[in-house]
Amino acid sequence: MSEMTYRGAIAQAIMEEMRRDPQVILLGEDVGKFGGAMAATKGVYEAFGPGRVLDTPISEAAIIGAALGAALTGLRPIAEIMFIDFTTCCMDQIANQVAKVRYMLGSQVTVPLVIRTQGGAGKSYAAQHSQSLEVWFAAIPGLRVVMPATAADAKGLLKSAIRSNDPVLFIENKVLYGEKGEVPDDPDFLLPLGKAAVVRPGRDATIVSYSRQLMIALEAATMLAAEAIHCEVIDLRTISPLDMKTILTSLEKTSRLVIVEEGHKSFGVGAEITARIMEEGFDLLERPVARVASRDTPIPFSPVLERATIPNAGKIAAAVKSMLAAV
Amino acid sequence: MTCVQITAENLIEMLRQMLRIRHFEENLYQMYLARQVPGMSPHLSVGQEAVAVGVCQSLQKQDYLLTTHRGHGHVLAKGASMSRMLAEIMGKETGYCHGRGGSMHIADVSLNIIGANGIVGGGLPIAVGAGLSSLHLKKNAVTVCFFGDAASNIGSFHESLNMAAIWNLPIVWVCENNQYGLSTSIKGVLAGGSIAARAAAYAIAGVTVDGNDVLQVHEAAVRAVEEARSGKGPTLIEATTYRWYGHGASDNRSYRTKEEEARWKEKCPVKRHKSYLLTNNILGQAQIEAMEKQAQDEVQEAIRFANESPLPNPDTAGDYVFSEVL
Repeated sequence: MSEMTYRGAIAQAIMEEMRRDPQVILLGEDVGKFGGAMAATKGVYEAFGPGRVLDTPISEAAIIGAALGAALTGLRPIAEIMFIDFTTCCMDQIANQVAKVRYMLGSQVTVPLVIRTQGGAGKSYAAQHSQSLEVWFAAIPGLRVVMPATAADAKGLLKSAIRSNDPVLFIENKVLYGEKGEVPDDPDFLLPLGKAAVVRPGRDATIVSYSRQLMIALEAATMLAAEAIHCEVIDLRTISPLDMKTILTSLEKTSRLVIVEEGHKSFGVGAEITARIMEEGFDLLERPVARVASRDTPIPFSPVLERATIPNAGKIAAAVKSMLAAV
Repeated sequence: MTCVQITAENLIEMLRQMLRIRHFEENLYQMYLARQVPGMSPHLSVGQEAVAVGVCQSLQKQDYLLTTHRGHGHVLAKGASMSRMLAEIMGKETGYCHGRGGSMHIADVSLNIIGANGIVGGGLPIAVGAGLSSLHLKKNAVTVCFFGDAASNIGSFHESLNMAAIWNLPIVWVCENNQYGLSTSIKGVLAGGSIAARAAAYAIAGVTVDGNDVLQVHEAAVRAVEEARSGKGPTLIEATTYRWYGHGASDNRSYRTKEEEARWKEKCPVKRHKSYLLTNNILGQAQIEAMEKQAQDEVQEAIRFANESPLPNPDTAGDYVFSEVL
């Protein structure tokens, strides 16, 4: 184990996989010499040079298309889109091309492609640099959507994504880049895609979250534990496909569910999980599901407004308590 | 004017390929009218065969090809099976994509035809990636990317031409200027008046050729492919041609005159190449007739194959989304 930041773990995962497989290349805006706008590819250019680390123009459609074309013809590209908000500029390539080409071609091709990007609020970057758009992509068959919350998860999940023969949208979080954690040194440390993790056991209620809000949910769980309310906290890790089994297993114990996400409440991850519980585990619930999510407004600039828009530990704890009080 | 060396065998092969495309699509049109083809009307390239054939005759097997919603001709010219293509267009299990793709998504990856595209301009960025992997993996493969005149106005055209130019990728951009994007005449929507001239903005070669003259197309393609293969970077070829049918077979073509259509039909690329072969005593009339018959036989065999092929099992509709199920 080594202590490192979330961004350091990402850079390490990329470099280990590039060392392991000469077919892995990295491309995106400012990912090379500059080391990435979020400094998450620092050192990669120095280690692998311009042949395998390509600084691109600001051309999101061409970045994703180039990555796709390369993936179809023998390479394993990692493409970076600097902010998830900018995926709007390459939605055709992601939604119509990357996600569909294998299916439309009747499985003549595989698409070993990772699109790395980052999202989330919390830094007063305003409405075009703070979004949580994961559900857009989770709604497209043919893509996998992975969102790590810790440095170790970032490494293990990114390495699995790079080794996968199917396209993965890997969404990092801008607030988490500087967070430190213990990260396994094993160059074959992999975490499975599509599997959630119980990160804190508890019996009174289940809190499901992911990415930065997972850390905030854990804060809320700590606050609640001081009041003798013991929450089980689940990190989804992968948004699509959803690991319903882990959630349902937890509900067998707790019978109560709060879903926390930074995306907008309407049509969100919470909405999907809730619907699936109606279909797959309605009888497990003692209380209706609660959702803590961002308001249905653009993310505002002013820090005081931004804080009022997104979830926080107080809101999460209040949701859990009101659920328990209502029994 | 031809400086590129071309054998009589090549010249005959060009006619053979043009006839395959012409007969295939004329039959497909009839099948569409007879409601034998599901989905939207197929996008026919009748009248544009010289572009497909002139370009594809300059390619080698390892070269990559990307095409468009109007791509039947391109994939046939690169050697695809007419039977498997027609089966795909009819939504049959034996089709190239097991009925998942249809007319706009024909590909034969074993021939390095890596995709057609239902999105105007959608293939250009992907071509950049194929070019990139040719360089990286030292494959000696050139990527040819076909697109229409209308695609020259979409952002991905500019992003892709720029990226391929800065990286000096082995790509030949082939614009089939068939004069219309659905009903919109390119003349009214093309600033500068020339697609080939846009190459200058990216400091690559740009050439305009008569897209109804297979020899002219071929000569330009051979040069562009050679340049690309020898590391001299991309070329943009604008081939001026005409789409005889509408955007789809159901389009009533109210936006243009019968006189205009008649003028272009006079410039039929198939007729033109036939007359070249006859005039130069490369083929006689009887041989040409035999080739017509051969093409028609191939079409009939494809129709038989597609008709007799099974439909996909509905239980398999969820197959092929991912290579690995999680």
